[in-house]
Amino acid sequence: MDKKSWKGWLYLLPALIFLGVFMLYPMADVLVYSFEEGFNSASQSYSGTGLYNFSYVLHDPYFLQALKNTFILVIITVPVSTGMALLISALLCSIRKLREFFQTVFFLPYVTNTLAVGLVFMILFKKTPYSDGFVNRILHFFGGNTVDFIEGPYWAKMLVMCLYTIWIVMPFKILILTSAMASVNPDYYKAARVDGTSSLRIFWRITIPMISPMISYLVITGFIGAFKAYSDEVAIFGTNLNAAGMNTLVGYIYDMLYGDSGGYPSYASAAALILFAIVFTITVMNLMVRKKTNYLSEG
Amino acid sequence: MKIVLENLTKKYPNRNRKIREDVVAVDHFNFEIPDGQLVSLLGPSGCGKSTALNMICGLEKPTGGKIYFGDDDVTLLPPEKRGVGMVFQSYALYPHLTVRKNIMFPLENLKGSRKLSREEMNRKVEEAARLVQIDDLMDRRPNEMSGGQQQRVAIARALVKMPKVLLLDEPLSNLDARLRIQTREEIRRIQKKTGITTVFVTHDQEEAMSISDRMVVMKSGVLQQIGKPQDIYDSPDNLFVARFLGNPPINVFEGRIRDKVLFIGEDPVADHIEAADQKVYAGIRPEGFVLDENGPLVCRLKSLEVLGRDTSIVSAHDQMAGTQIRSIISAERAVDTTGRTVSFTVKPNKLFLFNHETEKRIPAEGMQAVRKG
Amino acid sequence: MSKIKNERPTHQKSSAVSQGAGYDAAGRKAAGRGRLKKVIAGIGLSIWALIVLFPFYWMILTSVKSYGSYNSEYIPKLFTSSPTFENYISAFTQVPLARYFLNTVIFTVVTTALMLTVVVLAAFAFARLNFYGRDLMFTLFLALMMIPNELVIITNFVTITNWKMRNTYAGLILPSVLSVFYIYLLKENFEQVPDELYKAAKVDGTSDMKYLLKVLLPICRPTVITITILKVIECWNSYVWPRLITDDQNYFLVSNGIQEIRENGFGRENIPAMMAAVVVISVPLIILFLIFHRKIMAGVSRGGIKG
Repeated sequence: MDKKSWKGWLYLLPALIFLGVFMLYPMADVLVYSFEEGFNSASQSYSGTGLYNFSYVLHDPYFLQALKNTFILVIITVPVSTGMALLISALLCSIRKLREFFQTVFFLPYVTNTLAVGLVFMILFKKTPYSDGFVNRILHFFGGNTVDFIEGPYWAKMLVMCLYTIWIVMPFKILILTSAMASVNPDYYKAARVDGTSSLRIFWRITIPMISPMISYLVITGFIGAFKAYSDEVAIFGTNLNAAGMNTLVGYIYDMLYGDSGGYPSYASAAALILFAIVFTITVMNLMVRKKTNYLSEG
Repeated sequence: MKIVLENLTKKYPNRNRKIREDVVAVDHFNFEIPDGQLVSLLGPSGCGKSTALNMICGLEKPTGGKIYFGDDDVTLLPPEKRGVGMVFQSYALYPHLTVRKNIMFPLENLKGSRKLSREEMNRKVEEAARLVQIDDLMDRRPNEMSGGQQQRVAIARALVKMPKVLLLDEPLSNLDARLRIQTREEIRRIQKKTGITTVFVTHDQEEAMSISDRMVVMKSGVLQQIGKPQDIYDSPDNLFVARFLGNPPINVFEGRIRDKVLFIGEDPVADHIEAADQKVYAGIRPEGFVLDENGPLVCRLKSLEVLGRDTSIVSAHDQMAGTQIRSIISAERAVDTTGRTVSFTVKPNKLFLFNHETEKRIPAEGMQAVRKG
Repeated sequence: MSKIKNERPTHQKSSAVSQGAGYDAAGRKAAGRGRLKKVIAGIGLSIWALIVLFPFYWMILTSVKSYGSYNSEYIPKLFTSSPTFENYISAFTQVPLARYFLNTVIFTVVTTALMLTVVVLAAFAFARLNFYGRDLMFTLFLALMMIPNELVIITNFVTITNWKMRNTYAGLILPSVLSVFYIYLLKENFEQVPDELYKAAKVDGTSDMKYLLKVLLPICRPTVITITILKVIECWNSYVWPRLITDDQNYFLVSNGIQEIRENGFGRENIPAMMAAVVVISVPLIILFLIFHRKIMAGVSRGGIKG
């Protein structure tokens, strides 16, 4: 190796050390863990190798509950938040005054600590003996029945969950969609207006197709993000998600690793690999989508 | 500082991996640049002139041969140890630094005994800025200046270290036409004033002719001809050089030497040619045509362009190697535009003969023009 | 094709109206319709703004209500007539909020600084230095961008435990440093800086390191600021890894702190004090955002679109 090669590797060395210790080695290790049966953290020994860990996880009711919760979360929040973000971005692009003010306000949830704001959501939705809570008062005002969204029925908890997730993911989506819409060449709009096209038609026929790569990108990253949901749930329902029946896949992994069910790295690894398989599939889809032509100049 | 290139060669592996043969960007260059002169490397794009410049600068290592600055072999020295200054086509000014900081940048890199005090640096920066007349723009940033001004800053930055050699890589090609002429005069003035040996790379023959003490004409990595601009123009070594220099370009005809007479078609154009019978290319400079009713070269008249000082006649001839003949005649001579044809005799010193195969010049010292009748 | 034809008559009709005697009226009508649209858009946007802002308002409001008055409101009031700051005092005295805060600041600053060093050096190597195996390494790095954190966190937990680094800053920081995506982002940006600048610097005798620090980084400052901000947000909000690796309150970050306060802090019912803590924790990032909102949003959108 000549002097120049050494120099390149030298600059790369710190990154390689971190990468090796905290990414490459763990990846290999998690595979090993997931196939080691009956691993005991205390004695660092295991009884055999095989697929038992996967089978255990897939039959664990907590895991199945987590899987169900995660899927519901994904299926509800991704389309709803993307649709709402599209609407809000379109409205944002149609005004000039106050646009920056609204944009700034809408971005606020992105920079807040999800654990902290989750606590506020919890308080807004919670029903206690002393108070119905703010949301229940509104329901009551419109003649609805009050319900404890935090420790009540499953659908109520799921609803809060989805609402909070949407609240959290909206800023990013609005930001990306507004900048995508802003980068559509205005000549298209001018041409359409000269032809007498209505605004609604312009939106469906020009704006949406033009920014469709960004939309599919947001949908796919949205899927990945929602599959990895965890801390938003903790924020609302507390750390014992299994007890609340609101655990997620990631939550299950952490609980297996360390937490109330305590110290089963093999099960955690198996669950993590299952999650990885899901995320990986979506990522590959993402790559395929991104290969498609992009109409936007920023690409 | 004299620069000597000795068998300088640069090869690159072929980009197309299937082709094993290397691409030769610069092929065994041998020439000497005398101290204090401005020399242009001239050639079409891809001829290896920038590669040669980069090797003189030290940005690229030659695959063979040697480079001497004076008597020192600098072939393997990095650029900063050669004492060179370089100006790039895109100026390469640091966008985040002011003009002053840009010019000062090279000085701040000096180490050890060559390190300068702040006052000295400031003095040198002011001096360089005054030389290129930008001393009133010192606190601007590059994007707040015109192309010409940026160019001056780049020159000041290259000069501030008082380099032994100044290298300019297509420094004028990003400027508009008028600024280009102005800046090239400016470069010439600065070079004369400082007396720094300068190498100037360009693809524009007019630029090279107007600015250089000497020119080096190149084609596909091979040196074609070296000499003073006027000498090369008046006496090109081969067809490529003849065609590359001059605007409008030289007119090339298919011809034949028979019994010491040059025939274009069936018309004898010049005689007393001391060369064997052969097929040739006959190149005639636009200013080498003389309107003459009895001239042997009869061309179909196509159009006339009046340019004020002179007149340009566009015509055609069956033996022409290109599409049309462009000849330049003093405007004082009235041209009869009623006829279908024009007839010329040829000035012998503007007529060059080239071997049809090798395209090398055929010496024809005592050549004389032929008239009919 | 047929759709275009369908469009024509309406177009002609409207132009006929505007050319006719009622030109002014039609113009005013069109302008009026435009204004109506704007009003509707404004109302829609205001509703969403209200939804976004309301939790922030509620947390500030609750934090200035006294314990007694909060608990006596069976129907929560939308304002308070007697704001109090006693909750903020108890937030700092009854729970070690200041400690959480300090830990988070240390964690954020050190992690971000280390990340910048590592990322800048690696991006420079990939963008500017020629070395044997560079392209292969870069492909490997790109591939690793797909690996979710959840996959490697298990082993990292074991590693840090084995290194006896639980409940230490080092244990918190080290696995959080590397961000492959930022290497990618910065490398792309470095490559956009023209080659000639590097050559010019070489002619001036600039070393690679000096070129990186004095030329490349200042030119690429927007991207550097972007990744710094993204990392700071990530660090400030990080919850999962700190939760795994610390069980000593002295090393809790704010996220873990807030969870701890919720479960064991003021007593479960002292919600005003909890909200005071929430406000304190949220404020630094919000202030940062209000100052740099243009930069942050531009950065996030750039990072997001490229990612």
